[in-house]
Order: sequence, then C-alpha cells, then structure tokens
Amino acid sequence: MIKYVIIGNSAAAIGAVEGIRQVDKKGEITIISNESHHTYSRPLISYLLLGKTDEQRMKYRPDDFYEKNNCKTLFSKTVTNIDSKKKTVTLDDNTSISYDKLLVSTGSSPFVPPMDGLDSVKNKFSFMTLDEAKALDSALTSDSKVLIVGAGLIGLKCAEGIHAKVANITVIDLAPNILSSILDTQGSAIVQKHLESKGVVFKLGDSVQKFTEKTALLKSGGTIDFDVLVLAVGVRPNTQLVKDAGGEVNRGIVINERMETSIPDIYSAGDCTEGMDISIGQNRILALLPNAYMQGECAGKNMAGEACVFDKAIPMNAIGFFGLHIITAGTYDGEVYEDLHDGYKKLFYKDDLLKGYILIENIKKAGIYTSLIREKTPLSTIDFTLICENPGLMAFGREVREEKLGGLKR
Amino acid sequence: MKRVYVNEKWCLGCHLCEYNCAFANSDETDMARALKDIKIHPNIQVEENNGIYFAVSCRHCDEPLCVKGCITGALTINDGVITIDKNKCIGCYTCILSCPFGAVAPSEEGVVQKCELCMKTHDGIPKCVQGCPNAAIVFEER
Ligand SMILES: Cc1cc2nc3c(=O)[nH]c(=O)nc-3n(C[C@H](O)[C@H](O)[C@H](O)COP(=O)(O)OP(=O)(O)OC[C@H]3O[C@@H](n4cnc5c(N)ncnc54)[C@H](O)[C@@H]3O)c2cc1C
Repeated sequence: MIKYVIIGNSAAAIGAVEGIRQVDKKGEITIISNESHHTYSRPLISYLLLGKTDEQRMKYRPDDFYEKNNCKTLFSKTVTNIDSKKKTVTLDDNTSISYDKLLVSTGSSPFVPPMDGLDSVKNKFSFMTLDEAKALDSALTSDSKVLIVGAGLIGLKCAEGIHAKVANITVIDLAPNILSSILDTQGSAIVQKHLESKGVVFKLGDSVQKFTEKTALLKSGGTIDFDVLVLAVGVRPNTQLVKDAGGEVNRGIVINERMETSIPDIYSAGDCTEGMDISIGQNRILALLPNAYMQGECAGKNMAGEACVFDKAIPMNAIGFFGLHIITAGTYDGEVYEDLHDGYKKLFYKDDLLKGYILIENIKKAGIYTSLIREKTPLSTIDFTLICENPGLMAFGREVREEKLGGLKR
Repeated sequence: MKRVYVNEKWCLGCHLCEYNCAFANSDETDMARALKDIKIHPNIQVEENNGIYFAVSCRHCDEPLCVKGCITGALTINDGVITIDKNKCIGCYTCILSCPFGAVAPSEEGVVQKCELCMKTHDGIPKCVQGCPNAAIVFEER
C-alpha cells in the first residue's frame, strides 16, 4: 500500500486527493496543513465579508470529503523539513511522518516589502486566509478608514468585500494602472472608474514613504489617514521546504509536465510552482485556482502510478467587482481585434494563433476564446472574422462540430 | 452514459428546444404562462448563420474543465451529469472562462446556469429532446 503525504489542504491538495483516488482507492493519504479549517475556497474570503457566502457554503468540498476519500488530516501543523533520503517529513511538533510519494502544495505567502515605520502600525492585515479575513473583519467599524496597499486582484477583492462595512477605502499602488497583471491600460481605466463610482479612492503611481501608527506619508508628498491597513502588495511561492531538501527552485518550485520536482518521489502543484505557460512558451508562476486544481489532479494520478501530463496551462482570470465582470486569458501580444461597443473586447493574435483576450462586461461564451488559446487552434482553420464578432461553434467546420456536438470520435 | 447529441443537418432552427428548456426550468405548469412576455434564458441555445443551425448545450464532458476549474466547488459531477449548486456558486464565471462550448451562462440571479439533462426537474428524456420536431437533437449513448 502506497503512503501518500500531501502538504497543504487547498485546491492543489484536493486535486491530488481526487487524482490519487481515481487510480488508487486503498493507499493511505495524509493531508497536513498549518491552517485549522476544513478545505475552503480561498477566493471566497472576500465574498464572506461581503455576506455573499458563509463558512459552511465556502467549503471547497463537502463535510464528508476526507472520510469518503479515506484521508487522514493533520490540521494546525506545519511541515518544517523534508528528508528526501529517509523519505520523511518533520512537523513543528517534532513528529515525523514517512512517505512513499510526497506532494508539496504549499501555495504562496503575502510578500511585504520593507516599508519605513510599518512596525508602528498596529492594525495591519494580509488578505490571504480565512483567519486573516476574519481578523480584518473584526477590526472594521462603520467609521473605519481603510488603506489598502496594492491594486491587484487580492487588494481590490478585499476592497469590494469590506466596502459596505467601512467609512472609506483608499487603494495605493506603485503601478499607474489597477489590475496591471491582467488588464491593458484602457481596460484598467474602465474598471477603475467603476470602482471609483462605488466610492473607492485610488492613489496610483505613488507609494508610501513612511508609516506612523495611523498615517501614511506618500512619496508624492501627501498623507493619508487610516485606522486599518491592508497589505496586498504581492505573493511569493512557498518554496523553502523543497529548496532546503535540495530541489530545483527558481521563483517557484520547478516541475515538469508530470508535476515532478527534481527530487525523486516529490511532486509539487499549485501556487508554489513554476510551470510552463503555453501561451508564451516559458515557465512562469500561474497563481490561479483552476491551474492549482488541475496540476494537483495530474500530480495525484502520477503519484498513484498512472501516467498523466498537464501541459495546457495558461494565465486566465474570471473576476468581478460590484457587478462588473472581467474575463481575461493568455498574453496580450500581436495584432488586436477590438470591439468597444458592447462592453470591452480585445483579442490578441499572432502567427495564426489566438494569444490572449480581454473581455469586460460582455463575457458570454468566453471559454470558446480560451479553448482557441489552450488548443493552439490555427486561426486559418476557422472563420476568424465570425468568431471575433461572436464566439461560437459556428466558426468551426462542420466536421469539427460533428466531433464536438455529435460525439463522433475520430 | 446518455447525452444530448446534435444532428446538425436536421436542425430547422425553430428554437423550440430553447422554449421547452426555459419551460422545463420554470416553476410553471403551463407553458404559455411560463413563457409569456419574458426574455427566456434557456440552457440550450441555437446558433445560426447563413442557413446553418444547430443547438448547443452542456456536453457533460468526461474531463470537465468547468468542474475542475470551479473555485467554489459548486459545480460537481453526479453520475456523469454536471450539476450546479446555485447556493454555493457566487458568480465568478470561471466556468464561463473555461467551457470550450460556451455552454455555461450567467443566470438572472447572477450565479451560473447550465443544462443538467433535466435531472433535477424531470426524469428520463430532457425536455429539449422530447420537443424537437425533427430529431435534430437526440438523447443517446454514443
Ligand atoms: C483574496 C483572494 C482571491 C482570489 N481570487 C481568485 C480568483 O477569483 N480566481 C482564481 O483563479 N484564483 C484566485 N485566487 C488565487 C487562489 O486562491 C489560488 O490560486 C489557490 O488557492 C491556490 O491553491 P494552492 O492549493 O496552490 O495553494 P493555497 O490555496 O495557497 O494553499 C496552500 C496551503 O498550504 C498551507 N501550507 C503552506 N506551507 C505549509 C507547511 N510548511 N506546512 C503545512 N501547511 C502549509 C497553507 O497554509 C495553505 O493552507 C485568490 C486568492 C486570494 C487570496
């Protein structure tokens, strides 16, 4: 019987359990997490504060998940060391657990750059975990003046989540545009305007030079008074365990398309890794939940002995703020098709391939565009003009539709 | 497993499948009352262009990207049928981003809706197939 040990209890870890159990119903699975909760959907922490979900509904899998999948759980325990020779992991209570196959799905941690005076701020929070979200929530009152450092996905989801509970929110970012990792300048201006219309104040292209307990002195010279500070500057993959064990690590843990690290019998999946982004043909960190799950599932299958390859990773995001929906994927490289009448649509294509897209507001059937990127469909084989205007299966040839809709296998 | 398959050359583009779907997913017992004066949001949709018609609904994929990518766990596979727990869904639309068929859509309440082969509402043959006058969609094992 194979002994599987999984570090982490989030999307990648759950994917691995489901991957293992597709192949091996008997092996012993132990899940170790330094969080104390049943597996939950991390992205839902902002919806929890918003009141759109609750702790029961935000569980990523049902209450009986561990029981049904016959998993042993060790919560509130941190893995401090991997011994790849003895094939054991050590926990913070000094117990050690042996493994045959190990998955490192440790995710990422908030990255806080050194900032002058930050220590003097008492009411400061990150926004990555359920516990942090609850701690932030309990510090908020209807008089709270909140300063969020970072206008990326996490900072802005936090803003949306707490907006109705506080007096005002200011978001500051060094970048001149919000959501700069997923939007172009024009798209980000639309979303910014929408957030501003809800009362969120932005200070962009600016940074905090110095904090006192309740003020931020800005580089541009102004000051912002606040009583709650949220730090959402960025995240860093949790790579230390693998690094210490002698595994190859760049910015993230290096894995191949079978999710193997450079150390035998140690696999890795999710936000802690660096995998191939096929839309640019380079390795990079893709900190996204679908990617984490699919990598995890692939790792699980391989750990259980069924050969599996996951080589379809691309950056992709579906996110909304106050009812304004955004879907993006791929990279924004090449020629551009744009339609700014019904929402905001930009498609980027090059070398007969769709490379990326941005949709704001009208997001219908976006997955058809995603599949063109993922499958590297040559644009010359479809009616590209039609699909630009209207994503649908109409743009494909009849034979392709017979496969897709008629169940014909070729 | 039985699924809804499309015989494109038989499709008349009559859109009856859309109406039957909307009716099947309404709480009404009378079709006229269910559909009167409303814009329907069916889970099966006819694509049409230049005299070509065909109906698209969820394929209930064996390896469903929507389920794998669902950030909340609201989309699950039950006996092969991909179902949505509207109580868990928060309408992030990651499934819309993921589905290569365009078969998942926002509902009026904001969460997503999709074809569940009439499993929650009816037993047996999905209403879209039952009402198709030309066997352009069929419910079979292939
Ligand atoms: C506010 C917010 C909103 C988001 N919104 C979206 C979204 O809309 N769409 C999307 O695709 N993604 C979103 N993300 C990103 C998404 O949450 C991650 O991509 C996903 O959770 C990654 O899963 P993972 O399993 O790789 O890692 P994680 O979810 O980070 O889980 C790793 C787990 O391992 C534990 N761990 C780490 N080290 C150890 C150790 N040494 N010992 C024991 N346990 C350890 C951690 O505590 C953690 O519980 C969001 C993230 C945040 C914070």
